[in-house]
Amino acid sequence: MPLLEVTELSKKFGGVHALTMVNLQVEKGEVHALIGPNGAGKTTLFNCISGFYRPERGSAVFKGRDITRTAPHKIPRLGIARTFQNLELFRNATVLDNIMLGRYMHKRASFFSEALFLSKAKNQEVEARRRVEEVIDFLDLQPYRDRVIAQLPFGTQKCVELARALALDPELILLDEPAAGLNSEETRDLCFWIEDIKEDLEITVLLVEHNMRVVNEVADRVTALDFGAVIAHGTPEEVQQHPDVIQAYLGEDDGAAASA
Amino acid sequence: MKFKLKKSYMEDLKLFEYKSDMVGYGVLLVFLFIFPSWAGNYWTYNLTLAGIYCIAALGLNILTGYTGMISLGHAAFFAIGAYTVGYMTTILGHSFWIALPLAGFAAAFVGLSLVLPALRLSGIYLAIVTMGFGFIIDQVILEWPEVTGGANGLLINRPTLGPLSLNSDASYYYVVLVMVILFVLLTKNIVRTSMGRAFVAVRDSEVAAQSMGIPLAKVKTQAFTISGFYAGIAGGLFAPLINFIGPDNFTIIESINLIVMIIVGGLASIHGSIFGAIFITLLSEFIRVGKDALPAFLSQQVGFQGAVYGLIIMLFILFEPMGIYGRYLKIKYLFQVFPLYRKDTFRRERKFQKAQRTR
Amino acid sequence: MDTNYIRRRYLIAWISDAIKPRRDIVMFWQLFTSGMALGCVYALIALGFVLIYKATEVINFAQGEFMMVGAFVAFSLIHFAHVPFWITVVLTLLIMAAFGVLLDRLVMRFLVGEPAFSLVMFTIGLALFLRSVAGMIWSTDTFAFPSPVSGEAIQLGSVAIAPGDMLVVGATALLVLLLYLFFRFTNLGIALQATSQNQFAAYLMGINVEGMFSVVWALSAMVAAVAGILLAPTLFLHKDMGFIGLKAFPAAVLGGFGSIPGAIVGGLIIGISENLAGGFLLPWVKDIFAYLVLIAVLIVRPEGLFGIHEKKKV
Repeated sequence: MPLLEVTELSKKFGGVHALTMVNLQVEKGEVHALIGPNGAGKTTLFNCISGFYRPERGSAVFKGRDITRTAPHKIPRLGIARTFQNLELFRNATVLDNIMLGRYMHKRASFFSEALFLSKAKNQEVEARRRVEEVIDFLDLQPYRDRVIAQLPFGTQKCVELARALALDPELILLDEPAAGLNSEETRDLCFWIEDIKEDLEITVLLVEHNMRVVNEVADRVTALDFGAVIAHGTPEEVQQHPDVIQAYLGEDDGAAASA
Repeated sequence: MKFKLKKSYMEDLKLFEYKSDMVGYGVLLVFLFIFPSWAGNYWTYNLTLAGIYCIAALGLNILTGYTGMISLGHAAFFAIGAYTVGYMTTILGHSFWIALPLAGFAAAFVGLSLVLPALRLSGIYLAIVTMGFGFIIDQVILEWPEVTGGANGLLINRPTLGPLSLNSDASYYYVVLVMVILFVLLTKNIVRTSMGRAFVAVRDSEVAAQSMGIPLAKVKTQAFTISGFYAGIAGGLFAPLINFIGPDNFTIIESINLIVMIIVGGLASIHGSIFGAIFITLLSEFIRVGKDALPAFLSQQVGFQGAVYGLIIMLFILFEPMGIYGRYLKIKYLFQVFPLYRKDTFRRERKFQKAQRTR
Repeated sequence: MDTNYIRRRYLIAWISDAIKPRRDIVMFWQLFTSGMALGCVYALIALGFVLIYKATEVINFAQGEFMMVGAFVAFSLIHFAHVPFWITVVLTLLIMAAFGVLLDRLVMRFLVGEPAFSLVMFTIGLALFLRSVAGMIWSTDTFAFPSPVSGEAIQLGSVAIAPGDMLVVGATALLVLLLYLFFRFTNLGIALQATSQNQFAAYLMGINVEGMFSVVWALSAMVAAVAGILLAPTLFLHKDMGFIGLKAFPAAVLGGFGSIPGAIVGGLIIGISENLAGGFLLPWVKDIFAYLVLIAVLIVRPEGLFGIHEKKKV
């Protein structure tokens, strides 16, 4: 059974069919890439999986459980973390606080324990901090621990967002264009991290990416979307050879002929 | 520059980072304890009032500063607290010590009822709904004389503690001082644990907060309830202090007053709430003192105090939006790094327009 | 026990009173028409909020004080300088326009891009300041503002309509028509619309966005002045009359805060419904009815009656 199985998912915005009958299987332990031209519905699919959009029909099943109509704040509790295309960080808080928020849903201490700072709350804070420091070490964020997000360069902010998602201890992580806006050095780091997330942390990755090099480098399997429908899936090589994919990216044959 | 080598995560959770902080707060505490013995009744009374506003400002800062929900009707919670104590002690004849916690819970409970509209609204919509809530409570006070005394108000006596009478200003000052210390510690605990971080998360990005597994409804409810509780307790302490409460004590001006305290002091900061509450409460005294230095045609005007007050709000927002505490931090930082201070260290991030319509 | 019993009796009487079908149709229309005049004033103030909010994202809590200043300026011109009424109106509008431009140039310009909360507090400070300064200049007395129209109430069937109310409704209708034509057909109006929709794009199209801010402040100060001149004769002239502005907020929010027709309809709904509530339910409900309506509407429709629910894209 796949870890995440999306079946015949459809989503409309007014008259626009953002997704039509999308099928997608993400196996446990793989890195799965979603590609497609702008407006193909990749982010919409992410939003449907993470509960921000309600699809009109179809279902998303995670670990045998239907999550299609689950509220967005319950999704991470089931084991799915995500990052955002246009960074959604807590901009006026420090890096440490941002990542500590990733531990929010693991808290056990009650309101009164926290309000009175009893030993349970204290231990919980220390425990959360220990886990956060592991993530910080993993992504080499040590120099920025106490910096406020708004003062950090874009690449570091993206890294903090990834760290925050990892601090949730998810089983599946959704990365929305993780390499967008990064320079080549940061992109290279990202590729290594994705490898490590898969190999060392044993977290399944589903990512949207435009940078084909990154996709070729990290992805085990690729699904291509165009106009809200799946047009190809398979290994990176297979998908890139697929005539529909080439057509989606380069345009119609006769259109090219007419302009020639 | 001072720094400390921290060797365990516990050290980051301590109340005082440095030994010098502990000494500083210790000295402050001693100062506060001996204050009534040399300052006289008049200033003791004013500082007691400031202490009560500290509690309310702390609560409002949790709601507005940390959680980002604007309340322009906070005087209503304050009023509910005050009238709960007034009704319980004066009309029903119960002890103040039973009435005070009930005042907090009553206000918290009413805060809960406001949550229904508050959950779906943000920004200005919420501000206006809370403002309306303030007007509604104001009207209810006038029209429910069996409980509130209506326009005639209620007389409330100072409480007793066992055989001790707390009738003097100095003795009541100590009651308030203990309460302020308790509430400062409570606030500190709230903001340094996961609850406080969740508040900040909801303020900065609701989307990201949800994707961290933070239930928006629950966190906003918490913020409103806690904030209402603080204001209720503050109101409950306020009533016996001034001995008489009437509808005039809890108008929209009072709500604005509370917001101004946290703006002038510093949003999302405990120090800020305290500085702001003390500054604004004592402001009328400052104005009274400063008046004599001004020419008579200005200082004799009826509206002089209001004008100065309005001007202070505008000047703070124009020149020091981080409040008194922000200015204090800047000066402290200037001394710490002395020759290396750069003017844009504290430059704020300006948001593009339209950015705040949706969060 | 006794008070409880009385309270229950009172409540039952109140409810049966409230749900009993009223045959008092004359009273209904009487309240309706006077409520309409009041609603027009709310609508004009709400219009001022909306104009400024749409263009600059400032929520101007001093809009009521603008109205008060406008009314006092007009009063001074008539009373002390003995200027004829219609010239007074023109002069007041010019003075208020200058006031709006100056306020924008000297202060508001420096606050562009600040968080909404700071802006709200700033305008609250401004409101307190204006109110106090008005008290210094014009004292804290209540003045009678001379009404431009006089004469008998007009009988419409059995309903009597005060000429002052007629004037308010007529003037509001005229002003709204003029504003509509302005936004629809003049270049300046279209540039203002563009600025309201997307400042950055407007800027790229060569529109002087900062200039538009000044125009909008001037426009909204002028609308407020009209509201003041209309309200003062029917109500009173006092430095605290700006508090009425706080009641125009529910009107603006009801209309969706950002929609000009919404503000007008919102104002009328608030004005009429609170007058009816005051007449048919309990007198004291009148003062808070606007907020009760607002809370009820927002619980059902958080974006107001005419607002568009903007959801953030991620």
